[in-house]
Parts: sequence; structure tokens; C-alpha cells
Amino acid sequence: MFERIRSILFKEFRQIFRDPRMRTVIFVAPVIQMLVFGYAATTDVRNIPTAVYDLDNTRESRDVIREFSYSKYFNIKYYIHDDKTQKDYIDKFLVDAVIRFNHGFAKDLDGGKTAQVQLIVDGTDSNTAALILSYANKIIERYSFGLLESRNNISLKRIAGFPGVDLRMRAWFNENLESRNFYIPGVIALIVTLISLLLTAMAIVKEKEIGTIEQLIVSPIKPFELILGKLTPFAIIAIMDVIFVTLIGVLWFRIPIRGDPLLLLGATAIYLLTSLGIGLFISTISATQQEAMMSTFLFFFPANLLSGFMFPIDNMPRLIQYITYINPLRYYLVILRGIFLKGSGINILWPQMLALLVIGATVIMMSSLRFHKRLG
Amino acid sequence: MDLKRIRALSKKEFIQIGRDARSLALALFIPMLLLILFGYALTLDVDNVPLAIWNQDNSQLSADFILNFKNSKYFKIIGYFNNYAELQDLIEKNKAMMAMVIPKDFSKFIQSNQKAPVQVLVDGSDSNTATIAIGYVDSVVLRYNVDFMIDAFSKIGVKNPMPIDLRQRIWFNPDLKSKNFIIPGLIAVIMMVISALLTSLTVAREWERGTMEQLISTPVTSGELITGKFLPYFIIGFVDLLIAVGMAQFIYDVPLRGSIILLFILSGVFLTGALMLGIFISIVAKNQHLAIQFAVLATFLPAFLLSGFMYAISNMPKAIQVITHIVPARYFIVILKGIYLKGVGIRVLWLQSLLLFLFALIMILLANKKFKKKVA
Repeated sequence: MFERIRSILFKEFRQIFRDPRMRTVIFVAPVIQMLVFGYAATTDVRNIPTAVYDLDNTRESRDVIREFSYSKYFNIKYYIHDDKTQKDYIDKFLVDAVIRFNHGFAKDLDGGKTAQVQLIVDGTDSNTAALILSYANKIIERYSFGLLESRNNISLKRIAGFPGVDLRMRAWFNENLESRNFYIPGVIALIVTLISLLLTAMAIVKEKEIGTIEQLIVSPIKPFELILGKLTPFAIIAIMDVIFVTLIGVLWFRIPIRGDPLLLLGATAIYLLTSLGIGLFISTISATQQEAMMSTFLFFFPANLLSGFMFPIDNMPRLIQYITYINPLRYYLVILRGIFLKGSGINILWPQMLALLVIGATVIMMSSLRFHKRLG
Repeated sequence: MDLKRIRALSKKEFIQIGRDARSLALALFIPMLLLILFGYALTLDVDNVPLAIWNQDNSQLSADFILNFKNSKYFKIIGYFNNYAELQDLIEKNKAMMAMVIPKDFSKFIQSNQKAPVQVLVDGSDSNTATIAIGYVDSVVLRYNVDFMIDAFSKIGVKNPMPIDLRQRIWFNPDLKSKNFIIPGLIAVIMMVISALLTSLTVAREWERGTMEQLISTPVTSGELITGKFLPYFIIGFVDLLIAVGMAQFIYDVPLRGSIILLFILSGVFLTGALMLGIFISIVAKNQHLAIQFAVLATFLPAFLLSGFMYAISNMPKAIQVITHIVPARYFIVILKGIYLKGVGIRVLWLQSLLLFLFALIMILLANKKFKKKVA
């Protein structure tokens, strides 16, 4: 039996690695994906392209502008002088925000009135817009309080201050709120899923399409040996890819790995049960590689989007939240982020592990049975 | 170019597509599924942040302070606890995103005109949600403090204590709904991914099955062959576009402020380029398995990550920003957001349109050139 599994295994490896371009795809593509993702997938809003439209043009308005340009959030790129340019620059996506001072800003400010600063924000990208507003408000507020203190020195003493709340904020697990730390564990999950799904589904369907599957059937090999021999190489490749991309994440992007790397590998192995099982299942329902690919994406897109990778599950409608419970990727992501950022161990992550194990065992059993019947 | 031959080839391609009814159904269904998911389930809007509270003070004043959070739609108070271990546990198990600790002498601080230190712990692992949630806390606390301040100042007769007031104006998407920018962007991603998936197999399949030799031996020229293969997929892609635009219009109420004709024309140009890219990949790869991997790498990831769809390009490192210039989806997304939300026309979008034309042209030339060599 081991003899037969071993020979299938060797055959499969040889087939995969015969084509040098395939080798590239399997080992170079994940690395490229990881690098691009690591650099591009950031939702930290910094360097907001900003224009200043200063009709007042006084020392006071320039002081406020300086506050904005000193912050790391605003990058003042243009000074504009008329409404047409203002509209034009926003229309062309050249700037996301315009800080505008009307005539009389300094007069109001020095006269003890409340002076107005206008902030025009391109709301097209709602998330960025919300952050721009909150940063701008904070800058103005800080500056305002500063002015208040220096200006009303006497009156403040007269009223003996006023009460309030002093907020002490602390972020756990990701102190500087780097979005990279959040996304990279997710990217690892995506890469593993895509590689293992596509490889499995396509490789088996290819044998069907070319007709070599009949040859395998007439050989003395038993179905479960065939499945084992076919899936093991993909599992090994997927694990190797995980190690690769994890190393890039940790060594290149300096993502903290606070938990046990061995637990990471163990969880990956359990997770692979599900993704290889689904790949196997797709191969049983597809006659052509085209179908296999389409079915793969039909699974992959929703699984990816409903995993909490980018879109928080808490924000989804109730019904959809229940659906995410059968999504293996959801659990794998919690495990990965737990191990990387929170340093969680098996005592915290066991429910997710268990869920993966149950889903994995079910999927692999069902698709093996189906595969078995197809052969018979 | 012989129109009759092109027609015959297109017809053959259509028959082949029709035979593989499931792939066709998937090609039409996947875009719908994605739109449904994005329209209903997925949102980057952050509300109902699960908040755990430890109120050590238990006074009327602290209860009033908490009321500000209770009444905000942005927070959901999941309960009151009375030790750090519990709070930590809730955050580690992802049951709470934030925890707030109100000190024992909260009311004493307030009554003696002092700032009461309130501690807020945030799970920083999802940096995006955390940043926005922190913004909400900040603004609740700010309002609380400003009320005290205005009170104190009015006692000594100062009416407008705040020196500067930030007037916000949000253009194009005043309610800051993430749906309004995700759906137009999604149209671009769907177009890119589907068209590349559809065509990347078409030529490779003929090589793999050996039918390419038959085609080569006929008097069909390579230009005719490519056109004949291109047309049926163009129709499918355009149907996908119609579905997407229709759903955006009738189901999701995304405002379409610009010209729909311009939208269709430029989408046609983009579609042509994307389909030709798929055909080009197919010609080069000559092998379905490989073609798919290339297609995913060349279309899916760049269209998703480097196009400005989800991640603002201005936040990326300079080197990556340079790379985004060769991603056609980047220009198409500017066009889509421009036409949909900003209602701008060709006068503003001419550069992006020109670049799309260029992309389509280059892809047509490349596909033709590569193909000629192979036939010879």
C-alpha cells in the first residue's frame, strides 16, 4: 500500500515540477503576492493630498496652515486661489481635502469671535473621508485650546478651570495601529487557500480531461490511496508556501509573531484538510478545467470576503454573520491573527481549531466518498 | 480580415461556450454574487463597536458620562465588569473591541473642577476599525468636555469661548456611505477578473486538446482567429457590465451623476483591453493550469490591490505608487468614481480615457504579434 501511495506521490511531484514555469508559479508567485500586499495593503491614512485656499492671507491663517503641514497626516500640495481650481482639483482626484479661509478670519479671531475654517472633503472614499475629518478636528481643537489658554489667561484663573475627562488611550496587540500587522496574517491565509484549492481542483480535472484518470482506475491502486497520493503533494507545497510567506512577513515586514510558530504550522495542517477537501470536491463536480476554475472562484470570493479579512464580521447583517460560521477561512484567520498579534495559545484558540477539524473532516469525507463513486 | 470567417469562428466559440453551460452561468453569476455581497453584507462603516465598561465610581456623574456612549449608535455596551482580568479576556476572545475603565474618584475629580482620567483599552489588531473607533471616543469625550467649558465661560460672561470652529463640507457622498465608493470600484474589479478568467483559457485549451493545429491548417489568419475568439467574450463581458450597472442603479441606489453613454463607451474600451490581456496570457502560456495562475497574478491582485479600489494609492510607498501606473484598473476606477459620484465628463477624464485606449491598443497588438509567431 505505501509502495503504491509513494509512486503516485512521486508521479504527482514530477508532473508539477516538470514545467519550470509551474515551479515559478508555485514558489515565486506567493512571494510576489506577499511583497505587493505587504506594501500596498495599508489603510493607514497619512499624507492626505491637501490644497490650501487662503482668501484671508494673514499671519493668523498661516499659523493654522502650519499646524496642518506639521502633522504627518496632511500633505499640502497646492495653494489655490479660485473656486474653479478648487472644484477642478477635487474632480480630478488631485486632492482629497481643501482647507479654506475666508476674508475676515484674522479679524474674527483677534476680535474674540469664533473664526471659521472651512474643510472641504472629497467623500468619495468614505473611510478616508471619515479619518480626514477626525484628524482635522483634532488639529483645530488642539490649536484652539492653545489659543484659548494664552488669550484668556486671566479669565481662566477667574473661573478656576473647568472639569472634564482626560482620555488615556492604549491600543493592545498593535500599539501603533499599523494596518500591515492586521493584513499580513490574512494574506498568508489567502495565499494558502488559493494555491491549495486551485492546484488540487485543476490537477485532478486535468487527468479527467486528458483521460489518464482511466489508466489510474484500472491500475490496482485503491481510491483512498489515490486520494492520499494526490493530496499529499499539494499539502506539502502549501505548507512550504506558508513557511515562505511567514518568513517574509516576519523578517522583511517585521510583523511580530508572539505565539508559537509550531502551533501555526499545526493549525495550517488542520486548515489544509478543508481547503484540499473542497478542491477535491470541486474536481468531482467539474468536467473541464474551465469549470473547475470558475467553481474555485465561486467558492473563493465569498469565502474571502466573508472571512473578516477586510470587512469586520461584526458589521455584517445577522443572517450573513451566521453564514460565516461555516466558512473555514474565518476560523483560520482568527487563529493566525491570534498567534501573530495576540500571542494566543491553544487554550484560547481551541474552539477555532475544533471547528476547523470538524469542517475539515466532514468535507474530506464527503468529497472522498463522491470521488470514490465517480471512479466506480 | 474576412467577416464571414470571423462570424464562423465566433459561432464556433459560442457553441463551445454554450456546451459548457455551467461556466457560462458562473461567468454571469459570480459578478452578481459579488455585488450582492458587497451591497448587503460588506461595509467598512464602523458602528456598534462592542464596548465593555468597568465603572469603579458608580455615581450619578459617571452614569451620565456613560450615557453619552449608550446613546451613540457607534457603540454597543456589552456589559459592566469589575476587574482587569475580565476585560482582558473579553478583548482576547474578540468579544469586546474596547474596554473603558472609569476611576473610583471620577465624581470627586469632576466636582473639584479637575480632569478625571478615564482609561480606554482598544484591540489594535484591526487597525482600521480601531482608528475609527478611537475617533468616535475622542469626539464623545470632546463634546463632554466642551459642554463643561462653555458652562464655565458663560458664568463669567464669555459667550463664544472657542476661537476657531471647523466647518466641514463633504462633497459627493455626504453621508459617507462606503457602499457608494465600493460598488463603482467593484465594477472595475469584476470586469477585469471575469474577462481575464474567461479568455485566459480559450487559446490554451485549443493547444492542450490539439484542435489548434486544425485551426492553423485552415486559411484563417491569426487576426481573424483572435477577433473571432474575442467577440463572444466581449458580449458576455458586456452583459456582466449591464448587470452590474443595473444592480448599482436599481438595488443599491448608487447615484449615477454623469453620462451613462460615456460610462458604457469607456467600459467597452476597458473590457477590450482586459479580454485581449486574457487572450495574450492564453497564447503565451499554452497550458490551462499555467494560464489561470498567470491570469490571477496579472489581473486579480493588481485590480484588487493596486488600483485604488480599497487602498488609497497616496498611502503606498513611492515605488509601489510608480508600479500602479501600469495597472489599467487604476484609470478605470478613477473614471467610474468620477462618472458615478462626481458627475464629471470627458473634459476631466480625458487623460485616463486616453490611457485606457492605449492599453487596449497595446494588448491587441501584443496578442497578434505573439500569435503570429506561434502559427509560423
